[in-house]
Amino acid sequence: MTAAGVPARRSDGALARRLLIGLAVAVAFILLGLPLAIVIVEAFARGAWTYLAALTDQDTLDAIRLTLLVALCSVVVTTVFGVAAAWCIARFEFRGRSLLLTVIDLPFSVSPVIAGLVQVLLFGRRGWLGPFLEAHDIRIVFALPGIVLATVFVTLPFVARELIPLMQEQGAEEEEAALSLGASGWQTFLRVTLPNIRFALLTGVLLANARAMGEFGAVSVVSGHIRGATNTMPLQVEILFNDYQIEAAFAVASVLAMLALVTLGLKLALERKSDTHTHEERPT
Amino acid sequence: MAQASALGRPRRVIPGLGLSFTITTSTLAALVLLPLAAMVAMSLSKGLPAFVAALADRRVLAAFRVTILAALGAAVVSAVCGMLLAWVLTRYRFPGRRFIDAAVDLPFALPTAVAGIALTALYAPNGWIGALLEPLGITVAFTPLGIGVALVFVGLPFVVRAVQPILEDLPADEEEAARLLGATRTQIFLRVIMPAAAPALITGFTMAFARGLGEYGSVIFIAGNKPMLSEIVPLLIVIQLDQYNYVGAAAIGTAMLMVSFVMLMVINRLQAWAAAR
Repeated sequence: MTAAGVPARRSDGALARRLLIGLAVAVAFILLGLPLAIVIVEAFARGAWTYLAALTDQDTLDAIRLTLLVALCSVVVTTVFGVAAAWCIARFEFRGRSLLLTVIDLPFSVSPVIAGLVQVLLFGRRGWLGPFLEAHDIRIVFALPGIVLATVFVTLPFVARELIPLMQEQGAEEEEAALSLGASGWQTFLRVTLPNIRFALLTGVLLANARAMGEFGAVSVVSGHIRGATNTMPLQVEILFNDYQIEAAFAVASVLAMLALVTLGLKLALERKSDTHTHEERPT
Repeated sequence: MAQASALGRPRRVIPGLGLSFTITTSTLAALVLLPLAAMVAMSLSKGLPAFVAALADRRVLAAFRVTILAALGAAVVSAVCGMLLAWVLTRYRFPGRRFIDAAVDLPFALPTAVAGIALTALYAPNGWIGALLEPLGITVAFTPLGIGVALVFVGLPFVVRAVQPILEDLPADEEEAARLLGATRTQIFLRVIMPAAAPALITGFTMAFARGLGEYGSVIFIAGNKPMLSEIVPLLIVIQLDQYNYVGAAAIGTAMLMVSFVMLMVINRLQAWAAAR
């Protein structure tokens, strides 16, 4: 009975299995593969020279420079914030701790457009602080500070999110040991905590950086789209696309797509590293 | 050893609560909470009737309808496709599995504007996919359907990443027992696996839906942005701001924020439910 039943079911299973794998591959190909492929194909549709010309265009170079600057500023804020947040949430018990956790995640659940909108409402010409800023000739909206503020709003949780679960899991024993041996707080942080969290910290920085460089909605609202001045790369993609400069738009987009692929690759590598790291540590 | 743990008990040994707590809360207050409060205050600055009027506008209501329907439809498609991908990625070993597994994160990493123009080019009437659908009378780009397609792209990884760990940890003995009792594959799937995976699947579905409600970059290129037909809510904020209608923009933003809060609470509940199972 079992001898007759098993092979029949197995062949039945093999068919279902092949069908499901085929379907899944097709879904992944259509939903994920094609959008990536068309970026590359369209970018090189008129050859490598047009591609290079699009990337070395002055407005595009300015956009790349601004994007790097904005990402650098935002990642620094996000990292300092993330480490501080993880330290106080994973190392201490206090009232309102779970509320704080929820608030840290808040930027993830809010539309990026709102991240830009709030900057305009605060610092725009008719915003709450508009008259004051105008009187003192300070520009925030349609300038670098506004773009950085909007980007920081969006990227703020990235590092904290990577660090908090890890530091909670690791516990405070090693730090307590270092402190009881006479290390100062900063020494303990730099010599004990930082080495323990380095892979998660790098992952967080990596993801925050990718999001900062690629952020569109938040930045679009505060940038004012001033060419050569307040355009980041994603905004440059938009402007070129709406100008029917399709190849140029996809050329800039291909650089951002490369950034995404490199980010994913590095993230995988870091995850594998931290896995082997913890596996090595476990037996000792 | 026992002494050390007894000494380590009072957590005050570790310094830095004051500094780290100050940095965390002041950063959150200055960069997130205060700006959001300023938005809510701005939305009510001309009184409650103005707030209600800004939201009761026909164009705004149409945008809410389109956004919610598209996000809902896309979340359903994401749930089906995501469940399929999660199932195949955890249950079967086949060449390219790890590659597809890594590719699932692509929508998280790809800048939304890039996704937007890529999907527009794909689904435009002369695009790779659009040209195939055109003879069937299906137009995706520049219609509400296009919004849905963009939101499926954005929502898919939420479902896969929510369901995958559950399917990986599913104990084999229940399935084994069901099989020995003569259940068919379909029965096992529906009676054993689905009940176990359902909380995670619903969580992923809700996350995809919530994300879809606020999504902007990947949608506006493919949507066509026709008033009353294919305008999404975040775009209306941008339009109001362009017209210097700060109160109107703030009112829509506040409504979206309230929806986000509700979704956040629902997702938290769902995650607690999924964890309890």
